[in-house]
Amino acid sequence: MKIMSEESSSSLQCPAPGWFQAPSGNERTWIGMAVVWCLILSVMMPYWHFRGKQNSTGEAYKVKPADFIKRVEKFVLANTGVESLVEEGIAPVVPAPPGEIYLLAKQFAWFPILKLRAGETYRLHISSADFQHGFSLLPMNMNFQIVPGYDHVLTITPQAPGTYHIVCNEFCGIGHQNMVGKIIVE
Amino acid sequence: MNAKSDSAKRICLTTGLTICRQAEFFVKANAVLAVVFLLIGGIAAILLALTRWQTVHLLPVDWFYRIITLHGINMLLFWILFFEVAILYFVVTTLLNVRLASRAIAWVSLSMMLTGAVMVDVTILVGKADVMLSSYLPLLAHPAFYLGIILVAVGTLIGVINFFATLYKAKKEKTYEGSVPLVVFGATAAAIIAVVTLLHGAVVMVPTFLHSVGLIAQPDPQWYRLIWWGLGHMSQQVNVCAMVAVWYFLATVTTGAKPLNEAVCRSAFVLYILFINLASAHHLLVDPGVGAGWKIWNTSYAMYLAVLASMMHGFTVPASVEVAMRHKGYIRGLFGWLTGAPWRNPGFSAFFLSLIIFGFLGGITGVTLGTQQINIIAHNTLRIPGHFHVTVVGGTTLAFMGLTYYLVPLLWQREYIFKPLARLQPYLFGIGIVTLSVGMSFAGSMGVARRSWDIEAAGSIYGPTAHLFLGLVGIGGILAFLALFLYVGLTVGTLLFGRRIVGRAMEDWGTPKVLSTSAGHDHPAPIQAGAGVVATVHPTQGTMVLAIVFLISFAVYYFANWKALADVWPVR
Repeated sequence: MKIMSEESSSSLQCPAPGWFQAPSGNERTWIGMAVVWCLILSVMMPYWHFRGKQNSTGEAYKVKPADFIKRVEKFVLANTGVESLVEEGIAPVVPAPPGEIYLLAKQFAWFPILKLRAGETYRLHISSADFQHGFSLLPMNMNFQIVPGYDHVLTITPQAPGTYHIVCNEFCGIGHQNMVGKIIVE
Repeated sequence: MNAKSDSAKRICLTTGLTICRQAEFFVKANAVLAVVFLLIGGIAAILLALTRWQTVHLLPVDWFYRIITLHGINMLLFWILFFEVAILYFVVTTLLNVRLASRAIAWVSLSMMLTGAVMVDVTILVGKADVMLSSYLPLLAHPAFYLGIILVAVGTLIGVINFFATLYKAKKEKTYEGSVPLVVFGATAAAIIAVVTLLHGAVVMVPTFLHSVGLIAQPDPQWYRLIWWGLGHMSQQVNVCAMVAVWYFLATVTTGAKPLNEAVCRSAFVLYILFINLASAHHLLVDPGVGAGWKIWNTSYAMYLAVLASMMHGFTVPASVEVAMRHKGYIRGLFGWLTGAPWRNPGFSAFFLSLIIFGFLGGITGVTLGTQQINIIAHNTLRIPGHFHVTVVGGTTLAFMGLTYYLVPLLWQREYIFKPLARLQPYLFGIGIVTLSVGMSFAGSMGVARRSWDIEAAGSIYGPTAHLFLGLVGIGGILAFLALFLYVGLTVGTLLFGRRIVGRAMEDWGTPKVLSTSAGHDHPAPIQAGAGVVATVHPTQGTMVLAIVFLISFAVYYFANWKALADVWPVR
């Protein structure tokens, strides 16, 4: 092995004076290619903000959990016929588009079931009554963080009709894996 | 090379390195404790893999979340931090030929770290801290959990300060001339990042601890996320930095490689120090309360300079191996240097597999998932652990394992037992981790959540393919665990029963021999550079081809993910 006795310095030895040299050859070419690639990566994100349709702007408002729960209840009352069925998670709330709609995350359920219309745009307010939760809309696999004290507003436009599931993907307690909700699109 | 009988130092007869006896104990103690925590984390890992494999579904629900907390903390904090302190002490005292600045401080560091780690593990196992590694508020654990983490963090910080003091001592006593060796430079970069990381840890953990004992009101959960990831993500960048330093170390001892260009390697480490601290933002890309501008700035303009640094190391490390191998006469074709490399040497195979797994799998997925908008289709799914198991495990842990195959004979002066098994171990571990990661990544692409005991409650949302990939997670987990167990068993067995090699060199694990017939034909051609310094143009075509394959794979994966994102509901 004799790594200490070669003529030029290894990574284990102090480099000879004058080691500060510009890169040359393939190494120089590669660094150039890497810089260009990094610039492409950097430009893609702002570009998508202007031209792409899927962005997380982080629009949010501070709200006390108790106040948010009141807003959800008011929203449910205003948009439903038989309130008890909504409370039991049997009947959905059917808000008229476009508009402000509400979803509450709590240990271990999403409330209420929402029935939305395809192609319409809604402002979906989500917050938590207790712990942090993860809003994971399936099968599209769209994911957003839900933090108590923050009203997270997603401006969404449902596409194809069908039944979609919301699975919690932030650990929120021992029953976390049972926290599944529903959004129906017609 | 003569073995000096100076009581404070001894010369390693294999490498010619000077081992400082006074630091030796602390290198050994930290390394052994690291391996103990690796074993605890490993046992936790196999329990988790066998639970997520839905067909087996081993653990009951509460134990699953408890063990996930145990696994994350032992692997990402304890194994890594203890081993890093060992590396810091070893590198600075050995390569700079200096005594450790203070044994007393090393004792304080070690005992604080150990006390803290035991406190945390006990608190978790008695069920008082089912909060995951990230322990997001308002989830609250027993105060002993936070206090333990604070002790580990402060203990590590004290160890890092001891490293800096030793560095200063070497400078003052002029134990070396000019600039420090590259490996020391890399370790120093890791130590600097560690200081910033651990300060974040103190800023977030102290108020959380005070809250847990009821002294102050609950800190804001969003603030907690921001600062906690200053600890959580940056500590992984300490690993990256230490891992790259280990790559340089192992490339040198296994193939005789030398840095192509010291300035490039060192600049890349400086880029890590300057820009890696912004990576905390990667965990907040779909969070409320932090705006798009902030998210983009932190993940792009600054972050990609750290990506650039990894791409530089990713080229320069294999290129230096190529140059060294060609120099020895392995000049056939584009890849004769690679096929002739010492693949039976576990130090080499662990290092090179770590490089490939980290770069091709870990790096590409990391940058892609950390793209602000693409994170929408990845956040908190199994794609995330699918990514970091090929960086921190397939990359860092595998590199540290490779280092062990040299560190143990060097420090304990014992020959490894069952060498054929040791030669096999890096491959088994690499294959296991890659299988696990592929399973996680594909299951995650179907939306399967991380940190979830069961996917049955979600009914038929995922379908049979997700079950198939979760099965792959189980099988990969079993293979990786067997390899980890083999690593721990061989290493502990060697400490106890290995043949003593005091007074002579260790048996060569296998380093490439100089091919006498063709040696000398492919020497780098010297050319004159500025100021009369001789620079060289190196034959690195093989590495260049690998690098271009890497870039193409990167681009394909990256843009495929933009395409997948374009297919989901419009959202803003």
